Amino acid sequence: MNYRMVFYTVGRMLKVEAALLVLPLITAFIYGDSTIFSFLLTIAIIVAFSMTLTYKKPENKNLFSKEGLVIVALAWLLMSVFGALPFYISGSIPSFVDALFETVSGFTTTGATVLSSPESMAKSILFWRSFTHWIGGMGVLVFVLAIFPQSDTHSMYLMRAEVPGPKVGKLVSKIKLTARILYLIYICLTIIETIFLLCGGMSFYDALLHSFSTAGTGGFSTRDAGIAAFDSVYIKVVISIFMMLFGINFNIFYYIIIGKFLQAVKDRELLVYFGIITASTLIIALNITPLYSSFSSAALDSYFQVTSIVTTTGFGGVCYDVWPAFSQAILILLMFCGSCAGSTCGGIKIVRVIIIVKAAMRELKRMVTPRSVSAVKLNDKPVEKEVVNGVGTFMLVYICVFAASFLAVCAFGADITTSFGAVTSCMNNVGPALGDIGSSGLYNTQALGTKIVLIFDMLAGRLELFPMLVLFSPSTWFKK
Amino acid sequence: MNIIVVGGGKLGSTITEYLSAEGHDVVVIDTNANVVEELVNTFDVIGVVGNGASYPVLTEAGADKAYLIITATPSDELNILCCMLAKRMGTRHAIARVRDPEYSQQLDFMRSEFGLSMMVNPEYEAANEISRMLRFPSAMKIESFSKGRAELAEIMIGKENPLAGMPLHSLAQHFKAKVLICAVERDEQLFIPTGNFVLQEGDKIHIISSRSEISSFLKQLGIYKQRVKSVIIIGGGKIAYYLAKHLSDIGMSIKIVEIDEKRCEELSEEIPKATIICGDGSDQNLLTEIGIDSTDACVALTGIDEENIILSIYAVYRCVDKVITKINRSSFVKIFNAINGESVVSPKEITANRIIRYVRAKQNSTGSNVQTLYKIVNNQAEAVEFIATEDLSFLGKPIKTLNFKKDLLIACITRGSKVIIPRGDDYIEAGDSVIIVTSNQYLDDLENILQ
Repeated sequence: MNYRMVFYTVGRMLKVEAALLVLPLITAFIYGDSTIFSFLLTIAIIVAFSMTLTYKKPENKNLFSKEGLVIVALAWLLMSVFGALPFYISGSIPSFVDALFETVSGFTTTGATVLSSPESMAKSILFWRSFTHWIGGMGVLVFVLAIFPQSDTHSMYLMRAEVPGPKVGKLVSKIKLTARILYLIYICLTIIETIFLLCGGMSFYDALLHSFSTAGTGGFSTRDAGIAAFDSVYIKVVISIFMMLFGINFNIFYYIIIGKFLQAVKDRELLVYFGIITASTLIIALNITPLYSSFSSAALDSYFQVTSIVTTTGFGGVCYDVWPAFSQAILILLMFCGSCAGSTCGGIKIVRVIIIVKAAMRELKRMVTPRSVSAVKLNDKPVEKEVVNGVGTFMLVYICVFAASFLAVCAFGADITTSFGAVTSCMNNVGPALGDIGSSGLYNTQALGTKIVLIFDMLAGRLELFPMLVLFSPSTWFKK
Repeated sequence: MNIIVVGGGKLGSTITEYLSAEGHDVVVIDTNANVVEELVNTFDVIGVVGNGASYPVLTEAGADKAYLIITATPSDELNILCCMLAKRMGTRHAIARVRDPEYSQQLDFMRSEFGLSMMVNPEYEAANEISRMLRFPSAMKIESFSKGRAELAEIMIGKENPLAGMPLHSLAQHFKAKVLICAVERDEQLFIPTGNFVLQEGDKIHIISSRSEISSFLKQLGIYKQRVKSVIIIGGGKIAYYLAKHLSDIGMSIKIVEIDEKRCEELSEEIPKATIICGDGSDQNLLTEIGIDSTDACVALTGIDEENIILSIYAVYRCVDKVITKINRSSFVKIFNAINGESVVSPKEITANRIIRYVRAKQNSTGSNVQTLYKIVNNQAEAVEFIATEDLSFLGKPIKTLNFKKDLLIACITRGSKVIIPRGDDYIEAGDSVIIVTSNQYLDDLENILQ
C-alpha cells in the first residue's frame, strides 16, 4: 500500500475542511457569538495536523482501488473527528462522543441528532451543523478533485469510492471537469431553493440552513419542531419538491442542461423513482385520512413525509408515530430503498433494487426453463455481469452489517423496535426512526455504545460499506 | 482537444496515456468492456464499449464534435472505415493504423483519396529505426533531426571510457569534436547537465551533433564500431520483412530465422536476396550452425518479449557486436536496460511519439511548429525540434542574454546545411531549426522556452 500518498491526499482534504470552517467563523463574527475562539482553535489544529501529513510530496503517486477505499474511509473518519471539535470546545455538546455523533450524522447527511433544543445553540454552531450536511452531501473528495490541479492518474478510484451508486460514470472525459459540473449543479440548486424559501417568509439564516439540509438530503433543522415550526404550507411544499429534486441522479440535470432532454427523462431509474413517490404518497394519504380533517391535508403531509424518507432527508415536522402501522411499514421500506444513484441520498438506491429484482426474475425463469439465456437490461442496455454480481455482493454485505449492528444495539439495552428503527435509519442515513427515537430523530437518550455503533453505521452507509470494511480489516495495514 | 482513440491494445493504450497526460479530452472505444474499464480506471479519460465503426457508438463518443480520431484496432480495414465514418460525421482529422505489407505501397494514395491526415505503420517505422541503428552501430539508439543533418545518439559509458570522471566543461580541451552532451541518465534518473557535471561509469549519455562529428568523437573515445555487414534476424514477422527489404537494398548479408514453414516460403519469395532458415530461433545449435559467432549483428524480433530478451542475452554472451531487441512492454525495457546497455526498439512507442508530434503541431498552428519529437530517458525528457519563425521575440539575441526555463537546453541549431552547437554568443535566426532538450514536457511552441 502507498501510505505516503494515502496520508498526503487525506491531508489535502483536511486543509479543505479548515478552509470551509472559515464560513461558520464569519457567521460567528456577524452574530457576535462567543464561539469565535473554538472555531479558530479548530482551524489551527486542523492546519497543524494536515501540514504534518502534506509536508513532503510523495514521489510515488500511484493510487489503486485499495488506496482509494482507504483514503475515502480515513478522510471521512478524520474529517468527522476534527469537525466535532467546535461543538466540543465551545461546550455546546459537552460529551465528545455526542459531538462526534452529531458531526458524523451531519457529514453523512443522516440528520440524527442529540440536540433536543437547537434554538438554544449559538447561531454559528447551528450554521456549522447544517453546513456539514451540505459538505457531506456531494462529498469532500469530489470537491478536492474539483479544485486541486490534476496531478495524479488513477483518481477515478477516489471518485468511485465516494460517489454513491453501483456504477459511477464520468460526464466528460476530465475527472476535474466532471467534479466541477456536479458541484456547479449542486450550488445552483441550493441557491434557487434559498430564494424560494426567502419568498415564503423565512429569514435568510433559516432559509440558507434549511437549503443546506435539503441539498445534502440531511435533515437538521434550526428548530426543535422542524418544518412544523414555520407553520406554512408553501414552505412545506417547496422543501418537499426540492428534496425530490436532490434525490435525482445529478447526471440527469447535466443531460437536461446540454439539451439531451429525451434521453434524460427516459431514464428507467428516474421513472421508477417518481412511480415510487406517487404510489407511496397516495397509499399513505388514503391510509391516514381518518386522522386528518380533509384528504388534501393528509395528502400534503403524506407527500412531505414520503419525499423526506425516500430521499433519506428525514426532516422533522410531521409526527408519523401516530400513523397506522401500515403507513409506518411503507416508510420503513422506503428508508431501505433510497433514491437514485449519483444523488446526495443514502439507502440501497433504486438502481440496485431494479437490478436485483430483474436478476431474481431471470433466475426464477431459469428454474423453469434451465437452458434459457437472457441478459439483465437497464435502459435498453445489458448490465454487465460484474455489476450484477457487485450488486448481489453489496446486498449480502449490507444484510450482514445490518444484522451485526442490530444485535449490538439490542445488546446495549434498547428495545427491539427502537433498535431496528435506529439501525435502519442510520445505515440508510435517514434520521427519524421508530420507538423511543420516533419521528423527531432524537438520539440523546441512547447508550454510549449504541451511539458508537450507529456512528459506524452512518459512515458505512454513506460510503456504501466497502471503504469502512477495508479500513478496519487488519490485512489492509499489516503485511502478512 | 477532443480526441477519440479506437482500440485499446498496445498502441491504443500508449496513445491514450500520452494524450491524457498532455491534457486532452480523450474518449476510448473498444469492444472489450474490461479493456475500457482498465483504461478509464488508470487514466483520466472516458470510455465507450462497442464497435468503433458503428454509427451509434461514434455518436456516443462525440465524433460529430471531435477534433481527431485515431484508430488502432487489429484490422486495417476497420481502422480505415472508422476514420472515414468519423470524418463524414464531423471529426476534423483522422489517423489510421495500417500495417498490412500488401497495402504499404498504396498508403499515400489511400491517405489522400480517403481524406485521412495520416497513416501510421508501426512495423515499418520500427524497421526504419532498426536499420538506422544497424547503420550506426556505435550508439544504443540514434534519432535524426532536420532530415538527418543533426543526430542524437545514446551511448553508455563503459569500463575504461576516458569520459568517466570528467567534468563536461573540460570536454572541449580533450577532444576536438564539436558535440554536446544534452542529457544523462544515471540510475534511471534524468540529468540535464551543466558545465560542472561530472560523468561516471555506467551513465548513459545523449550526444547531439552531425553524424560525422559524432563519429569522430566516438573514434577518439575508442568505442567506434565498424559498419555492420552481416545480420541475423530471429523471427520473420512484418518488421523482419520491412527490415530485410531495406537492408538487402543497401547490400547487407541477411539471415532470417523463422519457425513457420509457410511464412518462410513467403519470405523467400518476397526477399530473394536474404537467406531464410526454417527453424526454432531459440535453439542454440541452430544459431551456432548459421554462424552467430561470426555475424556482426543480431536482431530479436519474435512476437514474445521474454523470448527476445533471452535471445539477446545469449547473443551478447556469444560476443555479437551489435544486438537489437524488440520489446513492447515498457516495464521490461527498464529492466532490460538496467542489466545491459544494448539497443531496444518498441514499435508502439515510436508510433505513439509520431502521433503526439502531430497533435502538438496541430495544437499550435500559428507559432513555431513542432517538427520532430522524441521521448528520451524512459520518457523523462523530450528532444523537440522547432522551426524558428519571423515573429519569434528573441531572434538575433545572444543566447547568454536569455533567461531559459529550468532543465531546458538549446541543444543544437541547424542553419542551412550548417550544424551549430550553440555557445553563449550564438543566436537564433528566422528559418533556423532549433532542437530543444527538456524535462518540462508538453512544450508546443518555441516561444515558451523562456521563463
